[in-house]
Amino acid sequence: MGCGVTKSTQLQLKPCNRGNISVPAATAMRAALLIQRWYRQYVARLEMRRRCTWNIFQSIEYSGQQDHIKLYNFFGYLMDHFSSANSQRNLVSHMFGDSDLFLDMEWERHVCYKEIEVPDIYTGPHLFFPLTISNVTELVDAFKNKQKLHARYVLQLLGKTWTLLRLMPNISHVCTCKHKEITICGDLHGHLEDLLLIFYKNGFPSAETPYVFNGDFVDRGKESIEILLVLFAFLLLYPHDVHLNRGNHEDHIVNLRYGFTKEVLGKYQVHGKMILKLLQKIFSWLPLATVIDQKVLILHGGISDKTDLNVIAKLERHRFVSALRPLKRRGASARQKDAALEPDGDDELSAGRRRVQSLTHGTPLRFRPEFPRHSVHSESGRTGRSVEQELRERRRLAGLSLSSDSDPAQVLETDADEWKQIVDVLWSDPMSQNGCVPNEVRGGGCYWGPDVSQEVLDRHKLQMLIRSHECKQEGYEFCHNGRVLTIFSASNYYDVGSNRGAYIRLGPDLIPHFKQFQSSRSTRELTLRQSVGRTELSALQALRMQLFTHKSALIHEFQEYDPQCTGVISVKHWAAAVEKVLRLGLPWRVLRSQLVTSSTQDGQGTLDYHHWVNQLSVIQPSTEIANTSLLETLYKHHSNLESIFRMIDTDHSGLISFEEFRQTWKLLSSHLQMDISDKAISDLAESIDFNKDGSIDINEFMEAFRLVEHSRAETEAPPSPE
Amino acid sequence: MKYEQEEQVMSGLSGDARRVKSLCFVKFAEILLLESIITETQKRISNAFDVFDHECNKTVDVREIGTIILSLGCFPSEAELHDIIAELEDEEPAGFVRYEKFLPTMTKILLEHKFRPITEDLLLQAFKVLDPQKNGHLEPEELTKYLTQEGESFTQEEIDEMLSAAVDPDKNVILYKDFVSMMTFDDTR
Repeated sequence: MGCGVTKSTQLQLKPCNRGNISVPAATAMRAALLIQRWYRQYVARLEMRRRCTWNIFQSIEYSGQQDHIKLYNFFGYLMDHFSSANSQRNLVSHMFGDSDLFLDMEWERHVCYKEIEVPDIYTGPHLFFPLTISNVTELVDAFKNKQKLHARYVLQLLGKTWTLLRLMPNISHVCTCKHKEITICGDLHGHLEDLLLIFYKNGFPSAETPYVFNGDFVDRGKESIEILLVLFAFLLLYPHDVHLNRGNHEDHIVNLRYGFTKEVLGKYQVHGKMILKLLQKIFSWLPLATVIDQKVLILHGGISDKTDLNVIAKLERHRFVSALRPLKRRGASARQKDAALEPDGDDELSAGRRRVQSLTHGTPLRFRPEFPRHSVHSESGRTGRSVEQELRERRRLAGLSLSSDSDPAQVLETDADEWKQIVDVLWSDPMSQNGCVPNEVRGGGCYWGPDVSQEVLDRHKLQMLIRSHECKQEGYEFCHNGRVLTIFSASNYYDVGSNRGAYIRLGPDLIPHFKQFQSSRSTRELTLRQSVGRTELSALQALRMQLFTHKSALIHEFQEYDPQCTGVISVKHWAAAVEKVLRLGLPWRVLRSQLVTSSTQDGQGTLDYHHWVNQLSVIQPSTEIANTSLLETLYKHHSNLESIFRMIDTDHSGLISFEEFRQTWKLLSSHLQMDISDKAISDLAESIDFNKDGSIDINEFMEAFRLVEHSRAETEAPPSPE
Repeated sequence: MKYEQEEQVMSGLSGDARRVKSLCFVKFAEILLLESIITETQKRISNAFDVFDHECNKTVDVREIGTIILSLGCFPSEAELHDIIAELEDEEPAGFVRYEKFLPTMTKILLEHKFRPITEDLLLQAFKVLDPQKNGHLEPEELTKYLTQEGESFTQEEIDEMLSAAVDPDKNVILYKDFVSMMTFDDTR
């Protein structure tokens, strides 16, 4: 067999104790070797499949984030260059102007939970302030039993949390005090089960068991509000021993897209909007980083070559309500500034990865809609306010209040620097090469290399950086020669069986010890093979949906390779076309046979593409909507549409008027440079208005495309008194 | 060349020349076939490599190379694998394998069928050998002993994982024939 066996090859007779027949040692050894070799190869093939699946999920996730950021770059552009049409401008300012943004003191008066009565029939947990440990334990148990906390208590708890957070510095300094061990958790993303598992294994937070939670508490999972309430409750109980860092998902704009807004509105139908508004403020007041023993830095995303903790420590973090909201710039000078910030050479495509201008690197030329540009002066003429007043008002509305006597241009530059510091901290990812480049895959922050880690950590006299932000199969991963550690605490993040969660115990020696876990009984019972299989199916389904949304574009590309319209193209061309349209950087040829079950190929490396595309159909819209390409376009942009809808629906009523729907669509279509007639939109709107009352229910609209996540039914909270 | 044309050409030649001619045709066909095999093989290698090339810069962490090699369908022993990897790893900086080195090495391995595949039959044979009494099954403890003490021993994790899939939950034994069929069925998916 030619194998180099390192163990002793002495021929010892090791009879197996089964009856009288023994297996000669040499034979046993050869058989064992064979089985071992075979099995290891088998496991490797499984690992390959698992890794492919992972890449699929991750590409789709990141490209979704990129889309989202593109959208907001667009809105930012709109804000900078006021559009001509009065109505459009009103819509934009309506979306971005926060007319009920009170000053802090007024806000406190406004959030009056005292008027909210808790009825007798309420069976959920009661909170009494100041909180006690038994009260908090009761709260945790109530959530374990799927109960809901009454809105009154939610607002009360949030109000007190907000008051507390305002007293905290941007960077918390923690000491192990020579004997304590600190527990550090990564992303939780609404997975309450994982948090409870951590508490079960590790103990509740207390003076003896201090915790750091490193951001991304919400979105994606279905119990985000419960996680927040539990974390805040423990924070109020032990303000010196519980530390919360802000993550990129602690951002109301991101929440619009990734499920948290929907969750809160679903669970709290009457008071949801107030809760969300209060949370907006709380998120902006979350500290940005924690430092342990002045040696270990903990923050959510990462760093860049420009990261300066002294700058971060001094900035006013609450001014940056959303890391996605671009800073306001003056009309004319902004255009110059944009020009200076834009790099030469436009979005060149790297091997399949989409490149988008990142947030901190200027507005992309590509995404500017063709609005006739009016100067700031002509606009203000219409409103009757001076330019300065107008700008100040808009800045105030956007959440950035500036004192009137500071030089606007100078302040803006400082703003830009501070904003970049924050975006880098919340959105960056490490890479293995040296250097620091914009993070184009996510659309925000940067990719930083081992040299940057060394430089930044050494400059601040730090030993190590602990961050989260990226899902890891084992729940944690070292990089940059052990100086950077990623910790991720949401198990089964992509799907059941996709990954474990982990947390860190750090003692005075500052050596991290890991504890891994995976929630849900079913995953523990699955073998490796079964869990890989399941996740794979799920990823393929997600991929099929992505392909379907690009049907027309795909057919168009296929036809480019088929000038004679035979309906058949080579697999090689098929793969090139798919990558050109989707730009996910995936191995299409390998995936092809798994994407469509029936064979559409005649065995000679060619493919009947019409048939293949038809096989992808996954949705049957339940309403009779005639125009199928419009349908497809809407489906493709449904996440964006939903985000926009929710922004327009500022009173969170779940309804928008026809006019608003039409304007939304027009905005989006000009952004995407598509041409959809007003009539088509009106027809569509009418056909969706089922009860003919002149308004569209957002949820019904989404339902019309059967864009229902399989667990949506579970999130519909049972009717209960609020 | 079409059959009729071939016939025409062939009939115009002497016996030896004809033989040489057909040998040439065969050789030519072989070369074409081989070329397409090589291209296909290299495509497979490239695809597998790319899955682990996280930075899209044609390098892969050396710790993942083993998985890639095995997943391409060969069955080296641990020691053989170790040798291949040692050869492939970059000297400076250590810890990475570059595609330019990986491709030729791997192509050679695959085309030479250097590590004979272990078929279903062969695997079944191996199990049978460990069951001289022909009970049709093996006790988990026995198999554990063999696999963790003989050959290139399994780690605890490996044996645990294998047993979780192999042991029949009702009878608490390993019905190896079923096990082998089930595992090799995956290959045909």
